[in-house]
Amino acid sequence: MLAEQILFLLAAAVALAGAFGVVAARNPFYSVLALVVHLIALAVLFLLLRAEFIAAAQVVVYAGAVMVMYLFVVAYVGGDEEKLGDQRSPLVATFGPLFALALFVELAIAVAGSGLAALDSEGSGAPGFGSPGAVGELLLERFLLPFEAVSLLLLAAAVGAVVLARRRRGLEDLEAELASEPALVEPLSPTAALPVRAGVRGGW
Amino acid sequence: MSIAWYLTLAALLFAVGAGGVLVRRNPLVVLLCLELMLNAGNLALLGFARMWGDGAGQVFALVVMVIAACEVVVGLGIVVAMHRLRLPIDVDELRGLRG
Repeated sequence: MLAEQILFLLAAAVALAGAFGVVAARNPFYSVLALVVHLIALAVLFLLLRAEFIAAAQVVVYAGAVMVMYLFVVAYVGGDEEKLGDQRSPLVATFGPLFALALFVELAIAVAGSGLAALDSEGSGAPGFGSPGAVGELLLERFLLPFEAVSLLLLAAAVGAVVLARRRRGLEDLEAELASEPALVEPLSPTAALPVRAGVRGGW
Repeated sequence: MSIAWYLTLAALLFAVGAGGVLVRRNPLVVLLCLELMLNAGNLALLGFARMWGDGAGQVFALVVMVIAACEVVVGLGIVVAMHRLRLPIDVDELRGLRG
């Protein structure tokens, strides 16, 4: 019991630190790495909630595959370094965190007022609850239709990503057209590589 | 260990993610903050599943993970297409849909 509480507090602290790291890191690359830490800490919490299969999927699929794809795109696109709230309009920079705080207070009040505190996570669970076998049985019996629908959605997303990111003639024509337009604004700093063109402000 | 602890942590992580979506300008980081919010939702779902001793919440969490993967794939595809078009990778600069 005590070990569970210590493990919860540790994992919660790491998950929170990872979440703040994602938001606060200036370099998107470090944001992705902070998210990997966050996801692994969350997997520990999932294990505490007796969701063994979800925790394994979280580490293998999420922290593994999806985050590697993220790292590839960040390395390819190479987002500029950016300070927190840098050049954001002052309205957003002040009210964004305030909004987040209000959201948390509201959710915390909802949790505190719901009487859930009386229930604990020791609740009844069938033997094998959360094991791959139990989840697989649920997926293929009680939730067969949602399972198939989700697989179709995944296929659609994969096709959509290929269509979005492929090279095509139309894009290159547009690219040439954009490049031939006169620059409206010179780059703000020498590190900002590209001038702002009319097509950017007007058409896009 | 009360389930309220897990729910409060989920609420906190969700709020951090929401704040990040509002504050950051790089669409890649905005997508990462969306991931934070989805994972906070997952944590709450698994907490409820544990509370009821019912596996339905775990299946729901799996579905949320799939949806998150779809969202990432499409979002990254759009970012790569923007990069190809030499558009600025910045949500403040892309105001063509604002009307």
